[in-house]
Amino acid sequence: MKADRFPYAMLALGLALLLWGSYWGLFLAPGETYMGDVQRIMYVHVPTAWNAMLALTFAFGCALLSLFRKDPVWDARLEAALEVGVTLSVLLCMQGAIWAKPTWGVWWDWDPRLTTTAVLVFAFGGILALRQFVDDPVKRATWSAVAAVIAYADVPIVYFSVKWWNSLHQTQSSPETVSRAFHWPLRINAFGMLFLMTGLISLRARLAALRREDESAGPLPAALPQAASAARGAR
Amino acid sequence: MSALAAALRKDLLLHWRTRAQVAAVYGFGASALLLFSFAVGPNAAVLREHAAGFLWLGLLLSSTLTLAESFHAEMEHRALEGLLLLPASARALYYAKAVANALALAALGAGLVPVMVVLYDAATLRIPALLGIVLLGSAGLSAPGTLYAAMTSQARARQTLLPLLLFPLVVPVLLGAVKATALLIHGDPMGQLRSWTLLLVCFDVIHWSLCGLLFERVVED
Repeated sequence: MKADRFPYAMLALGLALLLWGSYWGLFLAPGETYMGDVQRIMYVHVPTAWNAMLALTFAFGCALLSLFRKDPVWDARLEAALEVGVTLSVLLCMQGAIWAKPTWGVWWDWDPRLTTTAVLVFAFGGILALRQFVDDPVKRATWSAVAAVIAYADVPIVYFSVKWWNSLHQTQSSPETVSRAFHWPLRINAFGMLFLMTGLISLRARLAALRREDESAGPLPAALPQAASAARGAR
Repeated sequence: MSALAAALRKDLLLHWRTRAQVAAVYGFGASALLLFSFAVGPNAAVLREHAAGFLWLGLLLSSTLTLAESFHAEMEHRALEGLLLLPASARALYYAKAVANALALAALGAGLVPVMVVLYDAATLRIPALLGIVLLGSAGLSAPGTLYAAMTSQARARQTLLPLLLFPLVVPVLLGAVKATALLIHGDPMGQLRSWTLLLVCFDVIHWSLCGLLFERVVED
């Protein structure tokens, strides 16, 4: 497969799997005994949670490689992983709120996992904001990598501090902890979300790398006279 | 070690020479404590119950002003570049700045305690323990705050960026410090003070080590 077709293939595969898994989860899988149809949100909520954490972990890896290798490729991947990770985390909070209202009776509760996800959204969202306000691409790469490393290192401390403070969320759902009837839609959607995330990160990283090249080329009005004088010299 | 001591002396001297600004930040923190009571209402019992939270929110908001200005002198006339040319490591410059900021924030926090006692009737006799918590919490705000201040002082919209980056990161400091302070004010029948203090110590150890390692990368480019 050609490298430039890889993200589109991942996106297509991801969307197809998500459609299949969601159809299975919504129409074929049995309803849960106590929660009924509300439980069906688990088929997107749990895969979103896994992949949001995976994207932010990948961002942490990219940040370390960007810091130590100083290669702009890793900065482009960091930007892509941050954006996709933050988007998935926001979706995760929204899905959680939709599930929490009929189940717990409130849109939001200060439970460790909810609070940690909200803190993650703001911590990593802040790094995306930082990137918008730094013009020098080298400083932008270093600073956002440093901020990503610190934010990721902070996640376990935030989780345990909030856990001591309050806890309500049920134990984590995985194919091993749910009934066999729920396994397949959960697994299919988890892989669908993984492929979708991989495609989005690949596409966004490519865009970030092109923007970086554009920045390195310098502003257009300055480049044009140089090109014109070079052309005159050649004649 | 002598480089660290010299840099710390320089940073403490800078704080001393800008004491008018320190006084203005103190005024800001005290007025924030006054305003919190209007959000809750005049119920004395409720105000006393939330006094610890108000104290730490006041200190957190004030800390962004102190931290944002901490690299102001170094950025003027590109003094930071001159400092980096001296035979002192970037790490020594960071630790000196972070210690000076932690001491300034601890002094600010200690100064806000009497305001809290007067406004919310939230007194405690365990003054040394309370000052210890104020120092640990201030150190927790200062370690990442100083690193982020070094970055944001060179970026556009620095006044917005610093709290945006710092606030989510210091959630454990806020939780630990508020809980520990509340236990000192209202009593600790379950013996939880030790756990919250331990949380603050762990946060401080991790962030003082990590930020010290990363500071060199922030200023080298």
